[in-house]
Amino acid sequence: MTDKSKLGFYLLLMPLLLWLITLIILPHIGLFMVSISEKIGVRQYETGLGNYAVFFNEPLYWRTFARTAFMSIFTTVLTLVLGFPVAYYIAKLTRGRTKTTLFLMCLIPFWVSELVRTFGWMILLRETGVLSNFLQYTGVIGGPVEFLYNDGAIMVGLVYTSILFMIVPLVTTLDSLDDSLIEAGYDLGGSGYSIMREIVIPHAMPGIVSGCIVVFMLSLGNYLTPILLGGKDSLWFTGLIYTQFITRFNWELGSAFGFLLLALSSTIVFLGLKLSRQSLSDTMGR
Amino acid sequence: MTTPADLVCKDLTKDFDKFRAVDRVSFEVPQGSFFSILGPSGCGKTTLLRMIAGFQFPTSGDLLIKGKSMIDVGPSKRPVSMVFQHLALFPMMNIGKNVGFGLRQRGVPAAEIKTRVGRVLERVGLPGIEDRQVDQLSGGQKQRVAIARCMVLEPDVLLLDEPLGALDLKLREHMKIELKSLQAEFNTTFVYITHDQSEALVMSDNIAVMNKGRFDQIGTAKELYYEPANAFVAGFVGDANKFSGKITARDGQTVSLVTDGGVTLHAQAVQAVPEIGARAQIFVRPEAIALSKTAPANSPNASARVVDSVLFNGANSMVLLRDPQSGELLQVTLPQTGAFLGLAKGDTVYASWEPAQARCFAAEAA
Repeated sequence: MTDKSKLGFYLLLMPLLLWLITLIILPHIGLFMVSISEKIGVRQYETGLGNYAVFFNEPLYWRTFARTAFMSIFTTVLTLVLGFPVAYYIAKLTRGRTKTTLFLMCLIPFWVSELVRTFGWMILLRETGVLSNFLQYTGVIGGPVEFLYNDGAIMVGLVYTSILFMIVPLVTTLDSLDDSLIEAGYDLGGSGYSIMREIVIPHAMPGIVSGCIVVFMLSLGNYLTPILLGGKDSLWFTGLIYTQFITRFNWELGSAFGFLLLALSSTIVFLGLKLSRQSLSDTMGR
Repeated sequence: MTTPADLVCKDLTKDFDKFRAVDRVSFEVPQGSFFSILGPSGCGKTTLLRMIAGFQFPTSGDLLIKGKSMIDVGPSKRPVSMVFQHLALFPMMNIGKNVGFGLRQRGVPAAEIKTRVGRVLERVGLPGIEDRQVDQLSGGQKQRVAIARCMVLEPDVLLLDEPLGALDLKLREHMKIELKSLQAEFNTTFVYITHDQSEALVMSDNIAVMNKGRFDQIGTAKELYYEPANAFVAGFVGDANKFSGKITARDGQTVSLVTDGGVTLHAQAVQAVPEIGARAQIFVRPEAIALSKTAPANSPNASARVVDSVLFNGANSMVLLRDPQSGELLQVTLPQTGAFLGLAKGDTVYASWEPAQARCFAAEAA
């Protein structure tokens, strides 16, 4: 490389580096420093892992942590189960205009802010909401029922906000599957189930894994949906972090929580990749 | 014959909206023969093949395999296998898994699958490649694996959808011979579709020429080449010089025709002899035309022509001759005797052919 093109390369790299260093790496170093300092008096700090110890000694904290992880995994699975047929339909069973229209229809709700969409769910699910009134009208239930503020409502909201991020990579990978492979499967005596299992899913695996990673990360780190739809008792880990930072002014514990969440998401993604025998470059690099 | 033909189509028709892709096609393929369907792209041959495989359902007509109607049978239940145009090997499986796919679907025990896959790979000349991946094979090897994957199921009929199209010329020539010998080795009925006439002529026992959804002629390669049933077959199978014009005289089967350029030619009408004054076409094969440096005695189609260009291609060299009067071009195979080696542009030679070597067909009413 000539000196000139080298300069150009670094100049083009600059925005990325600035973004990574100032917005990701520096804050994390800062947070980490904060998370390993224990408050022993007014403006007196000591380095130690006390904040992490608090997390493990307080059942509420690590149970919320585990609950968030499990619900996020469940959300991911549910999104995959709901998103796969939709993606398959769009990619394999429609052509031309219909395909574009359907794909666009999946996208349109995302032009509205997440907050507004979540309020939409509240209008549907609250005690005096559309669903409750409808069920009363048809006589299925006697009195008004509150559908909000439970785990089901959180789940609905999370699946809804993240399903697009599952459908897009799935449509892309399924689109690249040659139709004649499916036909060859039928021709050789395969059933719909065995073709799905042996041909379609192995082919779509990179898309499935990348969709799952994105949906899982989004759910784990989601703050708005669990708080609004789950109410005060939603017990989402991001809510705990918020409480430590903003309500309790306990930045030390909040930072420790933040790092634990980062460790958790990294571990689960790593395990998921190992289990599905995919590599990060395979799934994200295309 | 006592045993029913492997594949019988009776008035098979397929309509797409207003367009008729396959129009009342009927044919029989006897057991163990190599049957080709030859036609230009868009003639409906792929639709026909997909109906036999079960991917498309005929609008009307019947389809029998080994005497049983297949109309209500799905593709996975038919005793036919298909080699796809791009082979459609499963890239997510190794070769052994690919070839064993059909057997696994039938619930054959794993040990038996292993021996049968091993045996079929040996028969196509690729023993011991079970553990390789699809992308590690060459084009010709993939071809053979695709055939093995079908043949391991011992189908009654093997369908091949232009599988040689993606190969380069040398390999294609080689695979033609190989396919033919594989067919003899397995003694299975092959139905092969192609737009390449040389593939069809070399390999097939019987060829059907398809045009605009219909079969124009079914016959052996020789019959199609020397006794084409109509103008389309004459023009599509093999090379031919084509002249259009008006019939001026009839003498039994021999007719005289004045081309649009004003040259009188003589040819033989095979079927109906066109009326005097009717428009007709004459087809002459380039190799049926004799060249001479002096005017040949009493040959009805002899004429002096000017060499327009020499298309040198080894044994298949051609020369283009221009009629000085009408400007019509005539393509002639250059004799390999050496007598015309020095032929150059602008030379005058005499071209002639026997009327029996030229075919005349009434022009189709458009």
